[in-house]
Amino acid sequence: MIDWPLVSVIIFLPLIGALIILFIKEDELTSINIKWAALLATLGTFILSLILWLQFDYSNPSYQYEEKFRWFDDFNFFYHVGVDGISLFMILLSTFLTPLCILASWNNIKKRVKEYMLSFLFLETVMIGMFASIDILLFYIFFEAVLIPMYLIIGIWGGNRRIYASFKFFLYTLLGSVLMLIAIIVMYRNTSSMSIEFLQGNYFSYNTQLFLWLAFFASFAVKIPMWPFHTWLPDAHVEAPTAGSVILAGVLLKMGGYGFIRFSLGMLPEATDFFIPLIMTLSIVAIVYTSLVALAQTDIKKLIAYSSVAHMGIVTIGIFLVNQQGLEGAMMQMISHGLVSAALFLCVGVIYDRMHTREIEFYGGLVQRMPLYATVFMIFMLGSVGLPGTSGFIGEFLVIVGAFKFSSYVVIGAAFGIILSAVYMLYLYKRIIFGTITNNKLADILDINTREKIILIPLAIAVILLGIFPNLFLDPMRLSLELIITNYEIANAK
Amino acid sequence: MLNNIYNIFFIPEIFLACSSFVCLLFGLFLKKNAFRQTSNLALFVLLLTILLVYYDSESNFANYKSLFSHSSFINFFKILALLGSIASIIISKDYFLGIKLKNFEIPVLFLFSTLGMLLMIASNNLMSMYLAIELQSLSLYVAAAIKRDSISSAESGVKYFILGALSSGILLYGFSLIYGFTGSMNFDDISFYLSKYDNLNLGLIFGLVFVMVGLAFKVSAVPFHMWTPDVYEGAPNSITGFFAIVPKIAAVALIYRFCLVPFENFYLEWSQIILFLSIASMFLGAVAAIAQSNIKRLLAYSSIGHIGYILIALVAANDDGIKAASIYMFSYMIMNVAIFAILLSLKVKNEYLINISDLKGLSKSNPIVSLSISIIMLSMAGIPPFIGFFGKFYVFIAAIEQELYVLSVLGVLASVISAFYYLRIIKIMYFDESKSEGIINFQISFQSKIILSLSLFVIICFIFYPSLLINISASLTI
Repeated sequence: MIDWPLVSVIIFLPLIGALIILFIKEDELTSINIKWAALLATLGTFILSLILWLQFDYSNPSYQYEEKFRWFDDFNFFYHVGVDGISLFMILLSTFLTPLCILASWNNIKKRVKEYMLSFLFLETVMIGMFASIDILLFYIFFEAVLIPMYLIIGIWGGNRRIYASFKFFLYTLLGSVLMLIAIIVMYRNTSSMSIEFLQGNYFSYNTQLFLWLAFFASFAVKIPMWPFHTWLPDAHVEAPTAGSVILAGVLLKMGGYGFIRFSLGMLPEATDFFIPLIMTLSIVAIVYTSLVALAQTDIKKLIAYSSVAHMGIVTIGIFLVNQQGLEGAMMQMISHGLVSAALFLCVGVIYDRMHTREIEFYGGLVQRMPLYATVFMIFMLGSVGLPGTSGFIGEFLVIVGAFKFSSYVVIGAAFGIILSAVYMLYLYKRIIFGTITNNKLADILDINTREKIILIPLAIAVILLGIFPNLFLDPMRLSLELIITNYEIANAK
Repeated sequence: MLNNIYNIFFIPEIFLACSSFVCLLFGLFLKKNAFRQTSNLALFVLLLTILLVYYDSESNFANYKSLFSHSSFINFFKILALLGSIASIIISKDYFLGIKLKNFEIPVLFLFSTLGMLLMIASNNLMSMYLAIELQSLSLYVAAAIKRDSISSAESGVKYFILGALSSGILLYGFSLIYGFTGSMNFDDISFYLSKYDNLNLGLIFGLVFVMVGLAFKVSAVPFHMWTPDVYEGAPNSITGFFAIVPKIAAVALIYRFCLVPFENFYLEWSQIILFLSIASMFLGAVAAIAQSNIKRLLAYSSIGHIGYILIALVAANDDGIKAASIYMFSYMIMNVAIFAILLSLKVKNEYLINISDLKGLSKSNPIVSLSISIIMLSMAGIPPFIGFFGKFYVFIAAIEQELYVLSVLGVLASVISAFYYLRIIKIMYFDESKSEGIINFQISFQSKIILSLSLFVIICFIFYPSLLINISASLTI
């Protein structure tokens, strides 16, 4: 094993990069240095996080690479970080997507490059820190700190209605998370511990659990987002710059799913059992309703945003099935959605950079001018639909298999959503890519350039890799998920 | 015991009182640069007073036991008030010179008012408490109206005086009722007398309510807050800074001591009042600040909101509550020092900044200042990882320890509302496009720069070593 603080290095390397950037003076010539510094810091983080995966002990269900320091003298708060099978891929997802985001904003961010890169590096630190925390207070601090850079990213570099969107994003998520703060303090008061590991073995009384569960639900349901708490998401996505949308869809939404697994399932099993029907109903409504809404969209980004809500509905169904297939499916769906939706937003960004519009009607017949673009777009589109061989299939398949153990109504709802997802994605693809070019402005649009290839091709490889070798990802997380399921079953058998 | 007559001068309050007179004479006989020299002397005096407070042993207080008390809580708040005073004198020096308000009386007034606050915090007797409050307030009334040729300054002074006198009257009436029904002025005696009874009689309840009203006025809790925005707005900026930073510390310590020492057994009676004040302050502070266009009024409402949170910790009335209050007050002081250090150095077209909308474009012309303002605003909104979060966090810990779930949930809801106006300032600096660049300039003296950097350092780096402050505040006894 590794005897140096690998996890802390991964968490704080982007922050160190940010500090270095802080001291680079920004002008026309040096802004390229800032970009390179940001890229190197994030790439370094990604490479280090690969070590996490390579050295990961598959036979150990609990936390690895643990680091623990006393942080507050008066309470049992620790700086306690570590990685287990559940957080491993969330961290990898964050470290993988951030360098791509930096690359994606290489040319189209022209004002305030320095602040932009600072925001992204700070964002990466808090994202990784959040997934790696084993102390709830630490988790909460990172969880809320995410709002600061994201607020700035949407508000400064966003579109026309960016101010509305950034405020909505900030206040909505803040409202959820402050309720979680109360729940965290109540947990601490009952157990005198803030360790996630400890609390997963410690059960609260039934009534306390119900209240705690609702408080956590307020936070994670907004974050993931579930219908009817999703309305901030389309606004935030549409107004955010491309890279902002990528991180938002790729990582930030997963914070909700991650929280559900860790807190709701892990710590409040009996309340979870009580609330399962609620979650299932909301998820099915989300899947069907947002899929239908997605069909009616005229803005490409908005369509993908609504499809995210639908895909997250599958994730919540999978999580709250609380069986092997369901949870594994939910995890796979989260990873897959992180890659696919991020890639789709990047694809939208490619044409937006060229034409500065996201109206579906404006486009059509792009395959004539951009064959390579049409190909990668197709891979991601099929990944989103869930075609076998792509990452989307594994998650949806596993969730549906798991759902059969629970109720066939849920299966019908989920399957209906999957069919609808094929409808809106294929319809979108047809309108943008196929046909002949009717709009004269598209006559000399250029195919993707090298930088865009560097961004999109790794994503395409990852999507297919995930679809063909799912065990590469499922094996490390299996034992950690089993631990949660076992705890859950023991608690509810009592 | 007080063996040596010279020791009497080492009692911090007596030292401060004597030195204040020395400062007054010093300023009077100085021909040139009277303001600057007196300020420097005042700073020196305050620094020495901090040392004296820190090394003040209980024996020095033996002769005054019936009037003043001595405890770690009192010492902590005294040092906090002195630090706040020092910081606000330093950051306001250049401002006074800038608006050509060079009366040497200003630092002397600050000294007298600080003296009043030290006595307020330590008072253990209704009479000494009233006199201390009056000493503090009278100096502040004059300070608010110090810019004699300005209508708004005079108006704010008069408003402050009339409302302050009214509240002092109410306070005094409450004292007389308490004295009449318990037969004592001393906190300990009152507490001893009351311990014989299970509930308060009607007269004492009236007395308690009147005192609470008077104290609520001093901490500017809703619905007795009306003077705050007007006085903040009218007074010269640097006086406003002093108002925002220091008197609140003393008033909060006083309301804590008044509730928890003589009336500690009658939690139910006073906690209802405080509960209402707390909820009303949090929500009104949050909602009313949204519509403000004047930065001073906005900060006034923000301070009203902060008082609401500190009162939550008072409702909790446990050791965690005292700890939370001291941490919150510390963070409140630091954040206000930082924001006023910036406001007192920002000029728009050669006028000191008043309108929030003038901050537009600051992020382009002065990125470091706007970054600092953003950090302070996020910290005030209670967003981690800044110090403001920990203040709120400890307040909620105290509240939940006492099972005040509804109050905590209301508290976090108010904090979400208040986040809106803090974010609006960031929005104005960063998101709004401005065509008129370069009209804002930022000139800061070396000393203020040190104060600003120190307080920003504390705001940002508190998270890395919280134990330093938390251990101190955990050991406080009232």
